[in-house]
Amino acid sequence: MKKNLTHLQQLEAESIHIIREVVAEFDNPVMLYSIGKDSAVMLHLARKAFYPAPPPFPLLHVDTTWKFRDMIEFRGRMAKESGMELLVHVNEDGVKKGVSPFTHGSALYTDVMKTEGLKQALDKYKFDAAFGGARRDEEKSRAKERIFSFRSANHRWDPKNQRPELWSLYNTRIKPGESIRVFPLSNWTELDIWQYIHLEEIPIVPLYFSAVRPVVERDGMLIMVDDDRLELKPGEKVEYKSVRFRTLGCYPLTGAVESEADTLPDIIQEMLLTRTSERQGRLIDHDQAGSMEKKKQEGYF
Amino acid sequence: MAHQSELIEKDILAYLKSQEEKSLLRFITCGSVDDGKSTLIGRLLWDSKMVFEDQLAALEADSKKVGTQGGAIDYALLLDGLQAEREQGITIDVAYRFFSTDRRKFIVADTPGHEQYTRNMVTGASTAKVAVILVDARKGLLTQTRRHSFLVSLVGIKHIVLAINKMDLIGYDEEKFRAIEADYREFAAPLGFTSITALPISALNGDNIIEKSSETPWYQGPPLMHFLETVQVEDDRDRQPFRLPVQWVNRPNLDFRGFCGTVASGTVRPGDEIRVASSGQISKVARIVTFNGDLDEAVAGQAVTLTLEDEIDISRGDMLTRPEAPPLYTRHPEAHLVWMHDEPLQPGQLYLVKTATGVTPGRVTAVQYAVDVNTLEQKQVSTLGLNEIGLARIELDRPVSFDPYGANRDTGSFILIDRFTNATVAAGMVLNAPDESQRAHLSAGESNPWAPRHITLDAVAATNLNVVDLTEEKGLFILELAQSIHDYLGKGNRILIRLRDLSQLEPVAQLAYEHELAFEFDRNGDGVSILLFKRGSTPLKGYGDDGTGI
Repeated sequence: MKKNLTHLQQLEAESIHIIREVVAEFDNPVMLYSIGKDSAVMLHLARKAFYPAPPPFPLLHVDTTWKFRDMIEFRGRMAKESGMELLVHVNEDGVKKGVSPFTHGSALYTDVMKTEGLKQALDKYKFDAAFGGARRDEEKSRAKERIFSFRSANHRWDPKNQRPELWSLYNTRIKPGESIRVFPLSNWTELDIWQYIHLEEIPIVPLYFSAVRPVVERDGMLIMVDDDRLELKPGEKVEYKSVRFRTLGCYPLTGAVESEADTLPDIIQEMLLTRTSERQGRLIDHDQAGSMEKKKQEGYF
Repeated sequence: MAHQSELIEKDILAYLKSQEEKSLLRFITCGSVDDGKSTLIGRLLWDSKMVFEDQLAALEADSKKVGTQGGAIDYALLLDGLQAEREQGITIDVAYRFFSTDRRKFIVADTPGHEQYTRNMVTGASTAKVAVILVDARKGLLTQTRRHSFLVSLVGIKHIVLAINKMDLIGYDEEKFRAIEADYREFAAPLGFTSITALPISALNGDNIIEKSSETPWYQGPPLMHFLETVQVEDDRDRQPFRLPVQWVNRPNLDFRGFCGTVASGTVRPGDEIRVASSGQISKVARIVTFNGDLDEAVAGQAVTLTLEDEIDISRGDMLTRPEAPPLYTRHPEAHLVWMHDEPLQPGQLYLVKTATGVTPGRVTAVQYAVDVNTLEQKQVSTLGLNEIGLARIELDRPVSFDPYGANRDTGSFILIDRFTNATVAAGMVLNAPDESQRAHLSAGESNPWAPRHITLDAVAATNLNVVDLTEEKGLFILELAQSIHDYLGKGNRILIRLRDLSQLEPVAQLAYEHELAFEFDRNGDGVSILLFKRGSTPLKGYGDDGTGI
């Protein structure tokens, strides 16, 4: 009597199948690497898919210049360990115009430094497929997005005109200039991700673990003072608190949570016992309903 | 969240260990617009505590703004993701939802019930093992119920939950429930489901969803969640012959050549003999290589890399199989097609056929019949339009390895892609291949003029509506009847066979004798013809112009 595959084994196999299919069918794929826990799992799965060879595509990080220092350090380490080429793209136009989360607001800043930056990089290297670590359980508009998600030459997503996706047969056909965003983690949930990191001992950025860090309270969130670019507003003061991050982005936009969880099982335990979903830590989703859908149509991941 | 076991608080490591053995179930929900599908799934997410506080806050706000429950929580809003759909108040595409209990993780495909969205349902069902079919207790079985059941059976789902919803609106009436269940069992009998489980529920009130409802003391079965947690859907993929479609050849250096792919069926161990479906070459498995170390065995569903003992030529597109049970290797599969595009099928036009082993150009040479998804009747058609389903003959530019879809979903399925727009225009499920062995036999027969030729009356021969033309047959032949045509005749349809001369009458008479068919003989200016039919059967809609000209 054969033992059936567990849910994580099935998810893993599906993701590896997807990653291999992209390499077999596209000329110039890239893996978008955001350095977070989902990217960590995606990278791990890519390494598994092509073992003993390194994954035959580069990693691309769209750097907004506002990432945590720990993330940048970790990025270099993982590129080296996986034997993959690391491409870092910064929207220099945005930098020249001095676009920052403080001066331009989170919406415009995200659009310029992330969405525009991403489009620039995809155009510059002429990638025809880009892996992203998004999951369908993260947000409602993602629940209906395909695993192989078509993008026009202008990088736009058309939610009303998606290709039907059956079995594990993915339509990878595109015309010159068009591209496909591929989401190998579509069917994973946050809990699956954490369980898998635990089971496979996948390295993640230390910021996920609790430590005493300098933070200020701003708009109801704990913002970490990661460098001297964070200017204190009147009344704000830097406090040292035991905090960690449930999700990682740009440090001025990502809220920390007070926590003592400094091991992986503790993190999972905390996650299971809390009742706030993970994206709440990101300012970006706090606009009106449907904001993510709009961003995605415009080319955001 | 869902996993409230005290274990989480007390011993998280023990909890994590217990979660490692969880299984995965994919299911689909089908119902018409007002059956309460989204409400049901919203309720499953809600009651399994997969809704977080911030989502709850958003749900409460949205329920007041656009909800249909008078400001009370509208569970359906948890699901209707896209803005356009929210405004129309309907789900317009396939959405995937996730929840889990301590025993299983679930992936739910939520699909619309509109007639024009057959394609979405087939899409959602393609990866599902169980279908939850919703019926409004006040309305009983509707045309949609029958359509959905046919579609899920076509796509190979074996387990049906008949969720008879809105029981609260009929006073939890057992008689009515039993009557709907009986109706359904009678209707579904020919669809070949392994299990049908009827449940009296109210998605809105939560009756028999998580807990047994006190309103239905007469109902002895489990609540829906318990059923979903325990239903055994493990298919027999592991017991089927080994199949590995080669996805990618991994050659990092001269010393390593690995064949990567997902095991579609069967198991494989180092030392096993394997055969390459295209070339017939045989070798043995040397290693099963993975990142976590070599395996002693790989089973269906695992994504692995095999190395072989011999240097043989294998590339993406090949299939590795057990030598004694090869797949079909054919240019001419016969398949059910579900047409998914506004632009109808163009018979004869070149499409791209994507299968488990890659992309091959091919064309549809004939549509033998279309199935009316509401009545399940077959009708003669020359093409298929959006959401139409038919049996078609495909001609591929080169042979491809297939299994019948009934035996293997992964190696029996394909999609058709338009070469110019790159749209996915159809989904295909291989029925059989009529028939390479006979083709081989046929070429042997041609080199030996005394051997009779075997001709199978599958509707291939009857591409031209219901006419089979044998006037070009010069030698001896034996007629055989495909099961599909036997069924077709059984439904009252007729086939006209044109003969070269009277000497060809005998094989026709022999065929009629063997299959208990009747025929009429006709001689006119054009020659000799035979009208083949099943006595005592008449088609439901009369003969009309069925192509026979009679």
